[in-house]
Amino acid sequence: MEQTQAGPAIVSLEGVTKRFPGIVANDRVDLDIRAGEVHVLLGENGAGKSTLISMLSGLQQPDDGRILIDGVEMPIRSPSHALSLGIGTVFQHNMLVPTLTVAENLALGGRWWQRPRIAELTARVAEIARPLGIDINLGARVSELSLGEQQQVEIVRALLRDSRLLILDEATSMLTPKGIAELGALMRRLVERGLAVVFITHKLGEAADFGDRVSVLKLGRKVGEITSERLRMLERAALVDEIVAMMFGRQAGADEISIPPRAANDDALLEVRELSMAETSDAPGLDRISFAIGHGEILGIAGIDGNGQKQLAEALAGQRPTDSGSVMLAGQALDGLDVGGRRKRGLRYLTDDRLGEGTVGTFPVSINYFLKQIGEPPLWRSGMERTREIDARAIELTRRYDVRTPGISTPVGRLSGGNIQKVLIARELADGARAVIFNKPTYGLDLANTLATRQRVRDIAGQGLAVLLISTDLEELLSMCHRIAVISQGRLVGIVSNGDRAGERVGRLMIGLAA
Amino acid sequence: MSADAAPVSAATPDASAGKLSRRLAIALGPIIVSLALAGCVLLAVGVNPLAYYGFVVERGLLSPLGLQQTLTRMAPLLFIAAGLIVAFRAGMWNLGGDGQFLLGAVAAAASAPLLVQTLPGWLALLLAFLIATVVAMVWSLVPALLRAYQGINEIITTLMMSFLGVSLANVLVKLAFLDPSTTVPQTRTLAVSDRLPRLFETTITSGLIFGLVAIVVVHLVMTRTAFGLKLRTVGANPRAAIHAGLNVPVLTIAVFAISAGLIGMGGAIDIIGIQGNVRADWNPAYGLAVIPVVFLARMNGFAAIGFVFLLSVLSIGGESAARRLGVPQHFTLVLISIVLITLAVAEYMGHRLNQARKV
Repeated sequence: MEQTQAGPAIVSLEGVTKRFPGIVANDRVDLDIRAGEVHVLLGENGAGKSTLISMLSGLQQPDDGRILIDGVEMPIRSPSHALSLGIGTVFQHNMLVPTLTVAENLALGGRWWQRPRIAELTARVAEIARPLGIDINLGARVSELSLGEQQQVEIVRALLRDSRLLILDEATSMLTPKGIAELGALMRRLVERGLAVVFITHKLGEAADFGDRVSVLKLGRKVGEITSERLRMLERAALVDEIVAMMFGRQAGADEISIPPRAANDDALLEVRELSMAETSDAPGLDRISFAIGHGEILGIAGIDGNGQKQLAEALAGQRPTDSGSVMLAGQALDGLDVGGRRKRGLRYLTDDRLGEGTVGTFPVSINYFLKQIGEPPLWRSGMERTREIDARAIELTRRYDVRTPGISTPVGRLSGGNIQKVLIARELADGARAVIFNKPTYGLDLANTLATRQRVRDIAGQGLAVLLISTDLEELLSMCHRIAVISQGRLVGIVSNGDRAGERVGRLMIGLAA
Repeated sequence: MSADAAPVSAATPDASAGKLSRRLAIALGPIIVSLALAGCVLLAVGVNPLAYYGFVVERGLLSPLGLQQTLTRMAPLLFIAAGLIVAFRAGMWNLGGDGQFLLGAVAAAASAPLLVQTLPGWLALLLAFLIATVVAMVWSLVPALLRAYQGINEIITTLMMSFLGVSLANVLVKLAFLDPSTTVPQTRTLAVSDRLPRLFETTITSGLIFGLVAIVVVHLVMTRTAFGLKLRTVGANPRAAIHAGLNVPVLTIAVFAISAGLIGMGGAIDIIGIQGNVRADWNPAYGLAVIPVVFLARMNGFAAIGFVFLLSVLSIGGESAARRLGVPQHFTLVLISIVLITLAVAEYMGHRLNQARKV
């Protein structure tokens, strides 16, 4: 039962239970967190990962069960108590002050009547960061740092407070693939120095790549644990299969490659020529983007986040003015049309920012279905809202797109990410869609919703619509696209037909090599 | 302060009754607490709070003449409330009500006495009313354009434009529209017989009816029409409005124009219905007084009618009490602000209670 190299448990949970009205967020969870191990907590959205973390970081107290620190029972009363016990947490959402410098942020916890001792701080940061290979510019403003750098600052901040256990909550959700790899290497160096790391994620691949030990949570219960010996024994693919079996109670391979068949009709349905836009201080521009998508074709746009994907999508949807170039849909020019005009012609844009711009969180689900057709008959007649028609249509869409909501008058912001996505899909696909732009459609969704969304995209193409699929997940693109274009700094650097070695060729394009 | 009127999902009758009584408690509890708190302030300045409140209720509500004055006072206040509801629901904080109100009032006071000399009475009043509306709309154009195309915070610009507007209105009274026949600096006076008719055999102005119509129409437009939904979308999530293809700059300008126009109408109603002229240095500061009322009503038009009535009772009664008991007239504002603070505290505590129940 005892471990070979990993140290004793720093923190143990024994039968920890946490209840919220209507749900049991954590149900008798046992967990040992050992020094020298990256312990991955894996689970879908709503599996209870965040609740577990909030109890470890002192934000909430368990209803049942106990927490042991170094083998001694010790309730964690508050976040500052957690810190003093050596438990540091890096939350999913950044907790740095963007207008202050890195040094000022690191000094924030100091006593208020003392001047921050920047010189002392600099020495300590250097001492901590150098062996970890972190290079921090203490004088830089946080707003100037990339998300990956900000995360490193937060990790250093936790280490400055002598943390023995570092909790990383969904740490990779905001990072580029390169940033994720760097974080993995950093975690490795941390545990080599004797720290314990708890790494929370819902991505299987990361669990397999970074974990020394994997615990799988499902609906609040711990449904399985893979020990470090077993982890070393298994092949990566076999490991992923085993985790999937634990998480979903079914075998992997549900999302195998499946490219929807299409007729040999190569007329371009959506055609973009020489689309250009100047770059601004905070966003890349577009540089003579040209491509064509046929009936029933899925064209993927691969690339590292922030290389103009959002600008391209917004330019096509009419949300962002372009300097030159043209967009044709079924032979008709869309140039000069606004969002509403393009929507009417059948061009639909599914945004990746579901709550930020896709919906109005406080409005009911029913109104959010029709946010893009306010005032149009038959739901409005001469400007007057027709509640009965709106409700009837909303109920129909809720049923057809399987939106799980308490009611159509529930504020959409209360739904889960997957269900908000279904509301958006219902809105964009209804009534005469011909070409659909998906911007990161599975971003932040759990596996079940991810698979359902991917199938939905395939079905749309199967109906003969043109699909532009923007994604930073290469596996996703390879699993369904006919062709994949690579965008880099606002330019399409190449288009690859999906097939043998497509992944490799796209990868080469992404890092700036010829395909 | 949520701006949408989303109906709650079907609840059991029992639960909905409990909800109603809870809501009543949340609405009335803070008011009673604030009356007690304001009473303490009165005690501190040596006034018997019961005498003060009794006087306010007596003069503002119970005496026939006082009640008529109260209802008359409501007319301009209702227009201002309507204008603020449009702006606040669309997420634009038009705090320039006083400038817009006074410029509307001066425009009406300058035009109405001249127009009645040549035109039939009703047409003259209508024209004066429209001129006042347009003047107030034009005055809101600067903050509107700055907000729509430059993203400049309208709280600052409308407030600054309000100071300018109040001063400009004063200058106009003293220089341009001065009545040469009196020694008091004021505009020409609209004869009582030429003003808006009174209701029945009372002194209540028919402007009250217009005010009620205005605020009900505004409420229905905001909650029942596509235009209102567009404005609420802009207010609740401007980025979603852009994503949905709404023309946010144009809607912004429309909001400012409608809001300022309604407030200008309030100024016009006050002149052609009640005052008859504008005296120099006259500034009742209705605009700022109505803002908390609109918040208390949570930007609901019907609730706003009730709260405007309450404000009128307080201000008419408070004016009498000021004369009798020596309490400054502005004590009304003190009372209202105490209500607002207790309400905010109550809301905060309710929120914490909900959180605690969830956790």
